[in-house]
Amino acid sequence: MKKAVALFSLSAAILASSHAGAVTVTLACGDVGLELKMCKEGAARWAKKTGNTVKVFESPKLTNDRLGLYQQQLAAKSSDIDVYQLDVVWPGLLAQHFVDLTGKVPASEVNAHFKGIIDANTVNGKLVALPWFTDAGLLYYRTDLLKKYGFKAAPKTWTELALMAKKIQDGERKTNSAFSGFVWQGKNYEGLTCDAMEWLVSFGGGTIVDSTGKITINNAQAAKALDTAASWVKSISPAGVTTYDEEAARGIFQAGNAAFMRNWPYAWALGQGKDSKVAGKIGVAPLPSGGARNAATLGGWQLGVSSYSKNQDAAISLVRYLTSPEEQKIRAIQGTYNPTLPALYKDKDILAKNPFFGSLYSVFTSAVARPSAPTKLKYNQVSQAFSTAVSDVLNGKMKGQQAVAKLATDLARIKGRGW
Amino acid sequence: MTVNATAPARPRRTRGIEAARARQALWLLLPTLIAIALVAGYPLYRTFYFSLFDANLTSPDQRTFIGLDNFWFTTEDGVAVGFLQDPKWWGAVKNTLLFTVVSVFLETVFGMIIALVVNSAFKGRGLLRTAMLVPWAIPTVVSAQMWAYLYNDSFGLIGRGLLGGQAVLANTDTAIWALIAVDVWKTTSFMALLILAGLQSLPGDMYEAADVDGASKWTQFWRLTLPLLRPALLVALVFRSLDALRVFDVMSVMLGNVNAASTSMTGYARQALIDNQLLGMGSAVSVAVFLIIMVIVVIYVTAFRVKFD
Repeated sequence: MKKAVALFSLSAAILASSHAGAVTVTLACGDVGLELKMCKEGAARWAKKTGNTVKVFESPKLTNDRLGLYQQQLAAKSSDIDVYQLDVVWPGLLAQHFVDLTGKVPASEVNAHFKGIIDANTVNGKLVALPWFTDAGLLYYRTDLLKKYGFKAAPKTWTELALMAKKIQDGERKTNSAFSGFVWQGKNYEGLTCDAMEWLVSFGGGTIVDSTGKITINNAQAAKALDTAASWVKSISPAGVTTYDEEAARGIFQAGNAAFMRNWPYAWALGQGKDSKVAGKIGVAPLPSGGARNAATLGGWQLGVSSYSKNQDAAISLVRYLTSPEEQKIRAIQGTYNPTLPALYKDKDILAKNPFFGSLYSVFTSAVARPSAPTKLKYNQVSQAFSTAVSDVLNGKMKGQQAVAKLATDLARIKGRGW
Repeated sequence: MTVNATAPARPRRTRGIEAARARQALWLLLPTLIAIALVAGYPLYRTFYFSLFDANLTSPDQRTFIGLDNFWFTTEDGVAVGFLQDPKWWGAVKNTLLFTVVSVFLETVFGMIIALVVNSAFKGRGLLRTAMLVPWAIPTVVSAQMWAYLYNDSFGLIGRGLLGGQAVLANTDTAIWALIAVDVWKTTSFMALLILAGLQSLPGDMYEAADVDGASKWTQFWRLTLPLLRPALLVALVFRSLDALRVFDVMSVMLGNVNAASTSMTGYARQALIDNQLLGMGSAVSVAVFLIIMVIVVIYVTAFRVKFD
């Protein structure tokens, strides 16, 4: 009896103490590559430190699907998810549903991040989210194959890339019928918008909609960029490239079936993994130029706290922890997630693991933003209209010039009375 | 006298019973009617309501009444913003109708053949009847993903093996046929099951009599089986056509949401409503989908005189 009473009071005491400050925070993480695993580990470290509990919500892989789901949650003012992982193009779309972090996070902590990314997360003076990792498109190549076919360096222009890819592909096909020269993201979704933005800018074709909101897509350079990309399909890229997303492209490259790949930095750590057939044979370079410049699309993810969260203080603490230098360093080393803190690009441990971080620093800092700021709430429609037009060119339904002209009409329809 | 006095009272009493029964029935039906009004009527009403507004999904409270502008509207600059002016919508309608007509036709023909086979007596018939339902039992999302892998151009059994590295899903024009194949594979067994149920209600002695009269199996099929099967077949056809007209999942999984919007009406509605957050526009599209399906059902029911009882 005494024992039972003692046990009861003890467990009651434990329950009471854990109830005092500890709460459960739900965090919505992405699931591309190592993302989910690392998200869970990072959350667990915070939970251990603070005594709270974190529940991880697994979001869909494709960013478009994720946005659809989040919008429904937020429109319903659901408190199920406290912390959302937001794409760099979403703050304008979702700002009204998130807690303003200005003042809630010390200014020194905010200013430690790249200014451009903080700007992207600031909507009408409201800091919607804190940057977690940044992204930019990169060109991955097989160092062993370049050497085998007598090439000394990564291609500087798209023409050069096409020539090299063709030569390597012809040679490798003799022993491996599934081999292709160049894989990228050609499926009709946000990823294609990112890839095609890079072609556009590298050819000097503008950014679809300029910063003042003017539709600029209908120009000869843009048409030329799309036609060039279309010429790769079925020659140096497999016919199915128009159904590939990031992971499909990575799968082919990592199985040793491609000479070049366009992808985000996360693919580096996975490519060096134990199950990768190309570990130790991967090189990384800036994406080729189309005559105007080398261009990489700015990507990246942020963490924001839902206004409908019931545990906002704990949620903000989780966001601050996950975006902190310690946590970003772990993620950079284990998963090649690019830090949003300039200071970390000089970190010896990070550079030892990701040698290209130092040399490609300018690629990350000069990355081109998608037109999400000028098109505001209609960005998603603009992006879909654009990726659909690009998709039509890649599939041979239209020529570049016709596609950009039609796209300009479509965008005018979307713009309607204004962005 | 007494007879005369009771005679008019009798029908009055039965009327009373009938009326009481009708009242009782109404009370018993009431919970169901309320449930239908809540779960079907209210959302439908809200959809019609929002189709007349310019509203955003993230903040439905801030809406402005614009009448039928979601359907048809041209701005001062001559830009057409109504969805009925969007060629993509008409592409989706065309693809959905093509999908419906071809897949339902093939499913009916194949379903009929399968039903006739499993209706005849042979060893292992029970096993076969169970086995044929497997494709139908797999959730569409799972089977669609499975078929997407089969169609993959670099490792798929069909894409790489049969077609030698062609990407059928890349282009919506070829993808629609690939989708029809998936739907036929999946739903033929359901059609077969409905037809089989109809076949089993046909009297066996009729065929014995036909045999005695010397009618061939072919004649028996065309003159006896098919006409008697007509009611069951038509109900099955209506069910399948409705299902096919509101198809969504196969397209969404196999093509992704952006391309699904140009292959199915529901995909187009989803894109407007969810991806583009246009609550008003999306509702207007949903209303159009509702009306199109309703018109087709009315045509079906009146043209073929389908009886559901």
